[in-house]
Amino acid sequence: MIKVSYFPGCTLRTKAKQLDLYARKCAEVLGVQLCEIEDWQCCGGVFVSNNDEIASKLSSVRALIAAKEEDRPLVTVCSACHNVIKQTNYQITNDESFRNRANLYLSQDKEKREPYSGETKVMHYFELLRDVVGFDKIKEKVVNPLTGRKIAAYYGCLLLRPGKVMAFDDPENPAIMEEFIRAIGAEPVIYPYRNECCGGYVALEDPESAKKKSNAVTNSAESHGAELAVTACPLCKYNLVQNGSNIPVVYFTELLAEALGVKEDTNA
Amino acid sequence: MLDKKELLKEQVIRASGVNPLKCMRCGKCSGTCPSYDEMEYHPHQFVYMVEMGDIETLMKSESVYKCLSCFACVERCPRGVEPAKIIEAVRLEAIRQKGNNHMTANDIPEKVNDDIPQQAIMSAMRKYSK
Repeated sequence: MIKVSYFPGCTLRTKAKQLDLYARKCAEVLGVQLCEIEDWQCCGGVFVSNNDEIASKLSSVRALIAAKEEDRPLVTVCSACHNVIKQTNYQITNDESFRNRANLYLSQDKEKREPYSGETKVMHYFELLRDVVGFDKIKEKVVNPLTGRKIAAYYGCLLLRPGKVMAFDDPENPAIMEEFIRAIGAEPVIYPYRNECCGGYVALEDPESAKKKSNAVTNSAESHGAELAVTACPLCKYNLVQNGSNIPVVYFTELLAEALGVKEDTNA
Repeated sequence: MLDKKELLKEQVIRASGVNPLKCMRCGKCSGTCPSYDEMEYHPHQFVYMVEMGDIETLMKSESVYKCLSCFACVERCPRGVEPAKIIEAVRLEAIRQKGNNHMTANDIPEKVNDDIPQQAIMSAMRKYSK
């Protein structure tokens, strides 16, 4: 059993429980134990790019330190947590002024620690599947292949951009989610809007703006023959569903659980 | 002594880490921006207006709150200018002013429904208020 540190994030405890539950169940089947870090704090939802923003990034740094202390990679399932924590880790690795100031803040914490300078490897669950488990191994473990289902991978923005920081996949022509879809026996549908924005947090104050962006995505997926869209982001899912997608939108962990035979209700 | 206009320009350039002089005005950032239609000033105009020091105009515009932080402009800029970071720095200049939060906790209850993920509220508060 491979052990990795795990940061679930606020939404996986509330509105996106399926994302968390099935991530854990599937990891077990695949020989990986997700060890939730203690007392994690919300990542803040979005990364603030200004280099004079320090305090708002400290929750991510604390999560990175917790993983460093266990000498494990830090895995997230939510695209947003992943984006914030990976960008914070990049900044603390590459920006000396940010690193010094963040460590100065953290030196006020009750627990005394060595200064942190980016030692932890941050991985999205998809990267765990591709780089640690391997899609071939997943294929072997599939007991209920999703044969014949045409599935649109919806990357959105947070998994991919900024490309040089996220280093997740080719930001303009990614393949990892399509490889995942093939590994569980289904057929990936390639469509132009798979890495365009759903409208994100603007949904809160300008729902019409988010509707336009979301409809562009789901119309594009549907018109290319998809019967289902898959995402790793609770806000993408909300925006696509809320704005009247004609095709169902599910979390990738739900499909993985179905294929691995650990999903309770296969009709859901 | 720098005047207010020069101070603002210096702050936005330093805090964003963006050099607007790298821009060759091809407009690709605005061409790929999903919020183009909602914006009064578009990403390429942000870059140019910061270069000119015309930042207070941008701070007063709703355009700073229309950016989705999707980073499409950053990814697709052939000169590596990173317009989204400049928009972020201008927005922070606006909301860091006393009493100038664009959204407060009191605004939230009427904006949410039973399905909205916590992530949306966290993100909006982080982008719109200090």
